Amino acid sequence: MYHLENTQQGEKYNTIFSKEVSAKRRKRDARSRLRSRLLLGLYLFLMILPIYWLINMSLQTNSEILGSMTLWPQNITFDNYTRILTNSSWYMGYVNSLLYVSMNMVITMLVALPAAYAFSRYKFIGDKHLFFWLLTNLMAPPAVFLLPYFQLYYSVGLFDKHIAVALAHCLFNIPLAIWILEGFMSSVPKEIDETAYIDGYSFPKFFVKIFIPMISSGIGVVLFFLFMFSWVELLLARTLTSTNAQPIGMIMTRTSTASGIDWGTLAAAGVLTIVPGILVVYFVRNHIAKGFALGRT
Amino acid sequence: MSWMVWTTPTAIFFSSIAAMLAGMTLWEILSPTVERKGFLPISTTRGDRLFIGLLSAAFIHLGFIGFTTFSIWIALALSAVWLLVLMRWG
Amino acid sequence: MNNNKVQNNRAWWLVLPMLILVAFSAIIPLMTVVNYSVQDVLGPHARFFTGTEWFQTMLNDSALQAAFLRQMIFSLTILAIQIPLGIGIALIMPKRGWQASAVLILITLPLLIPWNVVGSIWQIFTRGDIGLMGWGLRELGINYNITRNAGDAWATIILMDVWHWTPLVAMLCYSGLRSIPEAYYQAARIDRASKWAVFRYIQLPKLTNVLVIAVLLRFMHSFMIYAEPFVLTGGGPGSSTTFLSQSLATMAIGQQDLGPSAAFSLIYFLVILLVSWIFYTTIMHMQKDKNPQGGA
Repeated sequence: MYHLENTQQGEKYNTIFSKEVSAKRRKRDARSRLRSRLLLGLYLFLMILPIYWLINMSLQTNSEILGSMTLWPQNITFDNYTRILTNSSWYMGYVNSLLYVSMNMVITMLVALPAAYAFSRYKFIGDKHLFFWLLTNLMAPPAVFLLPYFQLYYSVGLFDKHIAVALAHCLFNIPLAIWILEGFMSSVPKEIDETAYIDGYSFPKFFVKIFIPMISSGIGVVLFFLFMFSWVELLLARTLTSTNAQPIGMIMTRTSTASGIDWGTLAAAGVLTIVPGILVVYFVRNHIAKGFALGRT
Repeated sequence: MSWMVWTTPTAIFFSSIAAMLAGMTLWEILSPTVERKGFLPISTTRGDRLFIGLLSAAFIHLGFIGFTTFSIWIALALSAVWLLVLMRWG
Repeated sequence: MNNNKVQNNRAWWLVLPMLILVAFSAIIPLMTVVNYSVQDVLGPHARFFTGTEWFQTMLNDSALQAAFLRQMIFSLTILAIQIPLGIGIALIMPKRGWQASAVLILITLPLLIPWNVVGSIWQIFTRGDIGLMGWGLRELGINYNITRNAGDAWATIILMDVWHWTPLVAMLCYSGLRSIPEAYYQAARIDRASKWAVFRYIQLPKLTNVLVIAVLLRFMHSFMIYAEPFVLTGGGPGSSTTFLSQSLATMAIGQQDLGPSAAFSLIYFLVILLVSWIFYTTIMHMQKDKNPQGGA
């Protein structure tokens, strides 16, 4: 694989300046490429280690975990996983988390797309200050806002409903979505809007039919970030729910009891929290790889 | 609303902020601002100067409360003067 | 922002739905916190107006000043590590093919783990009896113990944060790099530009925008770090790894001292606001100054 890529690269050089490419240069490129692959491999190895350890523990029984140091499971057992996947009080945690995360993604996208369009195309009174105010919401310290949040959502009757967490996460997800989308939209030339209006498109039709497909990779990237920040947040989610909509992160805390910590189940639950994330990255990988400099360059 | 534990001073505080924002909007509609360079190192619009003024007013108040024994009214007066200077020449 | 925008105040209608949603979650709680900060709230009907007393106490509280200082050191340290490391990783990531996708998916893994699970992973990983790292260091004869030794706890939290968040910087930079047209590199090759020159004059300018996002996000998030150190070290040993959010949470939830914690969080918010505003304004003005000369 490595060799193949290298020759392709070499051919490309040849087409650009045919005689200048010397064997020496090609050799130097190959060596620096090898070095960077090794460095990357080292980083990935170190990065995966803690996750590997979690997976390793999730496949062992508690007695094996506590008994001796084993670098890989001696007797692979899936008991920890079956315990979680067959017990509704466990797996409902995942369902709850996924529910409020997807609600949040939908709500955020619906309101952030038009707002980001307004910021990228028009000047209006207070636009810059509004934009900065949005960013300040990313820095509100959640710890102290918890009690007001609890009381606010309790008083409007949304406590312990999925929608409460979805709305609360809008606080940081909407500003982030607008911030990133604005960059993508600014890199779409304005002439496209004008041509569409001349062709008789109404604003909603233009927006849905022409504009959104043009920034689809931006939307992919934003969806990834929305999922990520809503999925990993726990303080607000925990405060706004009690039993019906409890997130998985909260349910996991029950593995530590008076008689000690149930390491195996904790590890298995932890591994399962990573799985939805992997699926999401898998779907948006090409959008991220396509590259974005976020407009305004 | 009772859980928000309102007090008169904070109610006055938020009303005056809201009034300022409304006033600035009205002013902007009547005569749009022109970005200009005053004694601040960056060129600013009216709204920018208001924001800078309010933020520095907050820090003036904190400084007075935390590290001096002067009355808070002195801090308020000082901030108001600073805000006016900033709006006019900033 | 580009300069050929049209003045149109009807754009407010496009912004309005978003504004209502965010304001609901942002302004009402903020107002409540301001109200708390000037009172001693004992219950719904038992509260006393205290004026500026809490602010005065908080500004002179040595434990909080220490937490603030710790927080600043922590935030600057992780920024100093994560930003260069992230750029470096982005530069050596494969550019196409299945390898690019595979590396991208692997690298974003830590970002998608709930924060308390990150804490648990590292708590397990660093334990002397069942954790690979704790056990390994002990086998190597290093006296490593995060519950007793403050230095170890600090190093572990920084390592954990670097592990957790460098991928975000790397991912943003990678995407920024991918948006550079191939023609730029070809021109550089013809000029026989060195690798450093390519980085300095082609890659870095294109990365500015994503780096602004990365630095701001990292700075703001590192100030709010709560769940990971809470699970990993519980703020200990002593209070050596108690960062701001945790001090606040202990005060607000643990001790039910709503007034002081509200006052402190407002001070904290103002500081973050100032720092972020200076940073944001500087960057925006740098871009504005650059644009008239034909853009970056």
